[in-house]
Amino acid sequence: MAMKLDKIQLNLLEQVADLHEVPAGAYNIRTNGTSAGRSTTANIDIVSKEDKDGIDIIIKPGTKKESIHIPVLLSESGIEEMVYNDFHIGDDADVVIVAGCGIHNGGDLASKHDGVHSFFIGKNAKVKYVEKHYGYGDGKGEKIMNPVTVIEMGENSYFEMETAQIRGVDSTNRKTIAKLADGATLIVGEKLLTHGTQQAITEFEIDLYGEKSSAHVVSRSVAQDDSYQEFISRVYGNNECNGHTECDAIVMNNAKVTAIPEIKANHTEASLIHEAAIGKIAGEQLIKLMTLGLTEKEAEEHIISGFLK
Amino acid sequence: MLELRNVSYTVTDNGKKEILKNINLTIDDRFVVITGPNGSGKSTLAKIIAGIITPTSGQILLDGVDITEMSITERAKAGISFAFQQPVRFKGITVKDLINLAAGRKLNFTEACNYLSEVGLCARDYINREVNASLSGGELKRIEIAMILARGTKLSLFDEPEAGIDLWSFNSLIRVFEAMHESIKGNILIISHQERILEIADKIVLLKDGEISQIGTKDEIMPQILGTSGVCPQIKE
Ligand SMILES: Nc1ncnc2c1ncn2[C@@H]1O[C@H](COP(=O)(O)OP(=O)(O)O)[C@@H](O)[C@H]1O
Ligand SMILES: [Mg+2]
Repeated sequence: MAMKLDKIQLNLLEQVADLHEVPAGAYNIRTNGTSAGRSTTANIDIVSKEDKDGIDIIIKPGTKKESIHIPVLLSESGIEEMVYNDFHIGDDADVVIVAGCGIHNGGDLASKHDGVHSFFIGKNAKVKYVEKHYGYGDGKGEKIMNPVTVIEMGENSYFEMETAQIRGVDSTNRKTIAKLADGATLIVGEKLLTHGTQQAITEFEIDLYGEKSSAHVVSRSVAQDDSYQEFISRVYGNNECNGHTECDAIVMNNAKVTAIPEIKANHTEASLIHEAAIGKIAGEQLIKLMTLGLTEKEAEEHIISGFLK
Repeated sequence: MLELRNVSYTVTDNGKKEILKNINLTIDDRFVVITGPNGSGKSTLAKIIAGIITPTSGQILLDGVDITEMSITERAKAGISFAFQQPVRFKGITVKDLINLAAGRKLNFTEACNYLSEVGLCARDYINREVNASLSGGELKRIEIAMILARGTKLSLFDEPEAGIDLWSFNSLIRVFEAMHESIKGNILIISHQERILEIADKIVLLKDGEISQIGTKDEIMPQILGTSGVCPQIKE
């Protein structure tokens, strides 16, 4: 399929999907509001929605070791879009899904990508989902992303979600909603760094319906300058289950971070834990690295990059 | 060579407290061991040498150069290394990262492995471990020592290196110090309560209530601290 990406788009693609070129396997690349390229495989079909913007990704039962890339690239200033992507993952499938949104805004109008990703995960299926957000460009226009992820997990399914948003995005309001059936396991790792006057709100709502279901959410974030972050997590244990959320934030300069945990046991066999720690970089960590010959600034950079690694 | 001239440290937050009083000390030997009761000011003295604490008065000279006003970083670059009494934990930073930072360059596996095996750790098991709460106190102490080996500076300070190294023998620790001196030919300052470490000292400094109460060779000092005065024989290991 002939697909041409310009330099800015290729850079965005590399940042959000670690791709240097058009990927192998199934993919759908969306640039500036339209589909720029698509490829399907024998087991993975991608179909455009007719009633709204977005696609259906249909993964056949038993599909093993395949990957799907669905990056979204916005390189023109002033584009605002709302996209619905639905993933239908068949029983026993084992796949890697890489999504991500890159915005280059060189103009003064706001660029905004709102997306709803819904996952319908079959029994025993295993999914690794990676999502990166990246923004750059020196225009005054804001770069805004509001992703919603809805995860419906079938019996004994496994979903591992890795999200990262390191600088670049001015405003983000992320919401992740999950419902787990018997034996399902959800693992979420979130990495976030805000600076300037950026704002990021991340909200988790996890319902553990199934017997022996479990959810483990770890959020690590750094808030610099005048930025603001809010971490909200609600975990409801409605059966014999395990829920664990952890929010670990480093706050610097004049930044502010709020962590609002809510855990609720609706069952005597539900075991739920929430941990939250917010604070500046420990002085002794800086001192240790300075005794190795690093300047305070270098020590700070090492501590942050390790923390978000 | 390190010289401390009339170094004093007084804190005033809750009434005046003299933590170190008029310390005069020259460190120009292979091994100098500072010993003394808890709270006598040993760690404070080490932190003053490393630049972590600024003395209220006095002067510090490294090879004749006045370093009193130098920052922690500048002193590290000038050739001072410091293994903390309580090593620091980091989230996300690995043993390899710390050893590389200590060495000032990216080491290959064999080089990093050498430093770790010297302190009794198998590199394969540890090199990619995060230096976080999952490591035990004793493991952290050994990694702390490995970092000092990787730095290889002319002055190395160890604050109670023996604490928590239960699984590893004192003999190995002493061999590390000896090998370190052979390869670097620098000065090694060890804060310790351990008789076996005192035994290798060329010079022992006994600190009491922030003052040097005795200073001399091990033959001069050992009988006094191990005999009648001070340490209860039951507590001696
Ligand atoms: N910032 C401080 N403010 C008040 N007291 C301190 C401060 N730092 C250390 N001290 C006190 O100084 C004394 C010496 O401490 P330290 O050097 O850690 O002793 P050592 O290492 O010999 O056990 C202790 O009594 C300690 O409580
Ligand atoms: Mg001490």
